[in-house]
Amino acid sequence: MRHLLSINDLSATDAIGILDTATELARINDGQVKKLPTLRGRTIVNLFAEDSTRTRISFEAAAKRLSADVINFSAKGSSLSKGESLKDTAQTLQAMGADAVVIRHSASGAAQRLADLEWMSGSVINAGDGTHEHPSQALLDAFTIRKHLGKGASDLKGLRIAIVGDVLHSRVARSNVLLLSMLGADVVLVAPPTLLPVGVENWPATISYDFDSVIPNVDAIMMLRVQQERMSDLFFPNSREYSRYFGLNSERMSVMAKHAIVMHPGPMNRGLEIAADVADSARSVIVEQVTNGVNVRMAILYVLLAGGPLEVGSN
Amino acid sequence: MSVALSAQDISRALTRISHEILEKNLGSSEITILGIPTRGAHLAARIAAIMNSIEGKEIAHGTLDITLYRDDLRLRAPRAIMPTFIPPIGIQGRDVILIDDVLYSGRTIRAALDALGEVGRPRTVQLAVLVDRGHRQLPIRADFVGKNLPTSEKQSVRVSLTEIDGVDEVVIEGEAN
Repeated sequence: MRHLLSINDLSATDAIGILDTATELARINDGQVKKLPTLRGRTIVNLFAEDSTRTRISFEAAAKRLSADVINFSAKGSSLSKGESLKDTAQTLQAMGADAVVIRHSASGAAQRLADLEWMSGSVINAGDGTHEHPSQALLDAFTIRKHLGKGASDLKGLRIAIVGDVLHSRVARSNVLLLSMLGADVVLVAPPTLLPVGVENWPATISYDFDSVIPNVDAIMMLRVQQERMSDLFFPNSREYSRYFGLNSERMSVMAKHAIVMHPGPMNRGLEIAADVADSARSVIVEQVTNGVNVRMAILYVLLAGGPLEVGSN
Repeated sequence: MSVALSAQDISRALTRISHEILEKNLGSSEITILGIPTRGAHLAARIAAIMNSIEGKEIAHGTLDITLYRDDLRLRAPRAIMPTFIPPIGIQGRDVILIDDVLYSGRTIRAALDALGEVGRPRTVQLAVLVDRGHRQLPIRADFVGKNLPTSEKQSVRVSLTEIDGVDEVVIEGEAN
C-alpha cells in the first residue's frame, strides 16, 4: 500500500492491521511519550490548504514521534495563496525529496489527483478533501470504538453506531460509514432530509429522521459538526430548532444504554449539535479521540512508509 | 531438511541455560528476563518457569518488541508490531537477560539494545539463544547458547515451538552448498 486516499483503498484486514499496530504503539507510548527511530531520515510534508487544528498537529506529532522530519505548510503564508497550482506545489515538494505528503484541501478529490498524476514519487495521505473523505479520522474513530466496546474482538461485529447531524457536508461521516460497516458494525445515519447527500440510500447504512427513537438502541453516538462555513443555503429553519430535534443534550443522553459512548470529531459547536454538559460528561470520549488520533496516525505512517507493501500479520 | 534439535533436546537445553543464568548471576533476585517476540517470548516464558521451580520464587519476565528499532525496515514489507511487556520492577539497575530463538546476523540484538535504552539503564545485559548459527555481521555474541549449529548462509534455520507451531523442534532447511 502506497497511498491512503479513501477507506475504499483498504480491505478489512488492512484496516485491522492498522488498528492493531496503533494498539501496540499506544501501549509503547503509555505513560511517557517515547521517540522511536523508525522513520529517521524520512521527510513528511503537511500540506494544509484548509484550516485545521487537530489533524495537522496530530500528524505532526505522529511523524515526530517516529523521528521523521516534518515540514508544515499551510495555504496562508505560502505561494498557494498567490495562486500557485497544486501541480507546481507538488513538483516543488518532489524536488525537496518529500517521502510523504499529508494533504488537506477544500476540493473533493485533491488527494486522489495528487496521487494519480504521479507528480511526485512519495506517498499521499488524505487528511480531508472537501466533502469527500477523511480516512485517518475514521480509523481513529474505529480505534476508539473498538477500545471501549470491542470486548477484545478485532472487528466491530454486532455494534450499533449512530452518526448524527450534518452528513451532507461531512467527509468524516462518509469515511466512517464505509469503515465501520466494513468492520461489521451497523451504522444508522440520523439527520434532517436536507442534510443528507444525494445517493445516501446506497450507502451501507440505514437512515432515520427521528433521533429519539435511535438513541436507546445504539452503542455509540457520533455527533457531527454543523458546517456553517459550507452552508450557502438554508438547510434548517434556525439553530434552536436544529438543536431541539438533532442536538445531543443531557435528557437525550440519559436514555442512552449504560455502556454507550458519545463521540465528536471536533471542532464542536457547543450548544448547537452537542450540549456543553454532554461534551464534558463521563460518557464523552471526545478528548480521548484526539489522543488516539496520534497513535492511529503513527500506525498509518508506519504502514505506508516503514517498508514495502502492507503485510501486517504475516510473519 | 534435517532435524537439528528434537523436543527433548530443546527441553534439556532450556533447563541447562536456566541453571547457567542462575549460576552466573548468583541467583535470581536481580534478574529481569525479556523475550524477543515471537518465539523468543515463548522461550523466555519457559525459562522463567524453569527458574521459578528451581528458585521457588517468581522471576521477573516480559517481552521486548524490537520492530520499530530495526535497521532493515526499508528492505522488506512492514512487519506487524508485537506486544512489549516490561515487568513492573522494570530494568533500571537490573541484570537483563535477552532471550531469542536464533542468533544470526546480530542485527535483532543491536535493535534490542537500542529498545532497552529507551526503557532504562540495566546494570548488565546478557543474551541467551536457543541456536547460534554463526555469520555475525556485528560484534555481538551470546552468553548462553542452547546449541551451536554450523550452517551455510544459503540454509535457513526454522525453530518450531508447541505454543504456536504445535511441535517443538529445530530444523535446518536447504543444502549446505
